[in-house]
Amino acid sequence: MLIYILTLTLFLLGLYAIIAKKNIIKIIIGLAIIDYAINLFFILIGYQRGSIAPIIPKNSTIKNFVDPLPQALVLTSIVIGFSMLALVVVLAIRLYEKYHTFDITKINKLKG
Amino acid sequence: MNNFLPLFVAVPLFISFLIQLLNKLPDVIADWLALLSTLFLAIISIYLIRTNEILIYQMGGWQPPIGINLVFDSFTGVLLTIISLITCLIVIYSFSYMEKFTEKKKYYSLLLLMLSGMNGVVISGDIFNIYVFLEIASIASYALVGFGCEDEELEAAFKYLVLGSVASAFILLGIIFIYGKYGTLNLAQLATYIGNENLINKINLNMIISVLFIMGFGLKAALVPFHAWLPDAHPSAPAPISAMLSGLLIKALGIYVIIRIFFFIFKISLILSYIIMGLGMLSMFIGVLLALGQWDFKRLLAYHSISQMGYIILSFGIAGAAISKNLPSSIALLALIGGIYHLINHSVFKSLLFLCSGAIEYATGTRKIKELGGLREKMPITSLTCFIASLSISGIPPFNGFWSKLIIIIAAILSKFYFAAVITVIVSFLTLLSFIKVQKHILMGELKENLKEIKEVPISMCFSTLMLSILCISLGLFYPLVKTKFLDTAANIILNNYQYIQTIQNFFMK
Repeated sequence: MLIYILTLTLFLLGLYAIIAKKNIIKIIIGLAIIDYAINLFFILIGYQRGSIAPIIPKNSTIKNFVDPLPQALVLTSIVIGFSMLALVVVLAIRLYEKYHTFDITKINKLKG
Repeated sequence: MNNFLPLFVAVPLFISFLIQLLNKLPDVIADWLALLSTLFLAIISIYLIRTNEILIYQMGGWQPPIGINLVFDSFTGVLLTIISLITCLIVIYSFSYMEKFTEKKKYYSLLLLMLSGMNGVVISGDIFNIYVFLEIASIASYALVGFGCEDEELEAAFKYLVLGSVASAFILLGIIFIYGKYGTLNLAQLATYIGNENLINKINLNMIISVLFIMGFGLKAALVPFHAWLPDAHPSAPAPISAMLSGLLIKALGIYVIIRIFFFIFKISLILSYIIMGLGMLSMFIGVLLALGQWDFKRLLAYHSISQMGYIILSFGIAGAAISKNLPSSIALLALIGGIYHLINHSVFKSLLFLCSGAIEYATGTRKIKELGGLREKMPITSLTCFIASLSISGIPPFNGFWSKLIIIIAAILSKFYFAAVITVIVSFLTLLSFIKVQKHILMGELKENLKEIKEVPISMCFSTLMLSILCISLGLFYPLVKTKFLDTAANIILNNYQYIQTIQNFFMK
């Protein structure tokens, strides 16, 4: 149970960083933390205490192994998160070149 | 025919990377590659929708509950057809419009990537793949919003990206909960597992999943409490991309998935229909009120997108309420037809309006309504198309917007939601008011001194806007034909969703 609560805390921490922080870099770190929390949760869904990795030799009698599907899906999700992160870092660099600041309260040319 | 289905994802993806490989060659080749691939997709989507049956394709030869399957039904077919057709016209428009930007090849690559993502979302029969394709389309759209690399565009792209990826995180969380509870990701199999599990009066995990999905996909569809990114992001993109974002992306990623999940997997319940209706009415009203005060042409159009999305989701909400209240199925069918028809119409006239605003910006260099005036004489074709699109969106007969709004109002009255009907009429009136302002200040009136030198836009831009306005008129005039050919079958598949589930289940058994 404890590990689920810790994952939730990690998720909320990321959400807090996105909502409350004013620095672009800290917001980006928040996005990354949310990604990690969700990937961790996905792995936990398929995990069972005391089971082995899902690599089963031909003649073995082991029945107790973790669900391999979430692990495969998490790989996809990590790649997506990586590409999103790369794009947002590039945007942050271009924003710094234009506005000379990382403070989102000073980046406010769009109104209405 | 099943073998055509993966082409909708594979062709744009392949051409997108091919264009990057041909980096040394002139831009004309990229133009034609993009045009031919989108034209090819448009032709096969029209060919497939005429067959009017449910097609299933299994990826890599794996049996569907384990492997991935692509599913084509009439509702998918309607969306695929409008996506391919409008993208094709937008590519033709981009020939001339994108000349002023330097990286035309990167633009086409991103556009085709977004197209492949949208097609994938629409055609996928597997909820995790919906998420993957949704992210492909979203990441391409974040990059396209910031394509101009000016101050405002980067700011809008950053805002859009942060909100969009939080929404994606919520969607993924919902998918994880579904997998944890039911142990499958296939849409049809999920539908049978969930069955008629009651959503009302009992706190269960499905409620949390529904909330997460409404939050996530509601943000992608820009329904009102989640709309803050849209008025910044859509106007900042180049005009063809604004047309694509407003006309297609928010529908394929938002509305389509909401319908697919809440009408096919979770059986729609009364409380959920009321939530959807409430979101719809809020979006309609607040969107149009915010649009009234705008003096930036593209920003005004973006606020109208929010308001029109409200119409679409409201009519699906009415259909859901009619289904769960056990009203006669003809009422639910009428509301569904209204929703799908307005979805098609909105993608046509909103793309047209954004392309017109792009043409005006191309010719005059500004999109501030107060700096324009009297363009009727100088730009006759753009003025004509802009006029037709304005009449369509504000619901003047016999244009297409009138019929779809009329159907929605009739459906609301028949199912005794008089308040929704009144709101629909008021919002339609306010839309007309706001477009009278556009007509008066941009097309009519005195020609400003600094606008004496302007010329009509190049032929390829005129061609796209003319084609779209012909589509606007013919969708309205040939309503009976459109209804029997497209709308009836698409609405029927939503209403009788067991057909969809049954067909896929039978396919598993083979």
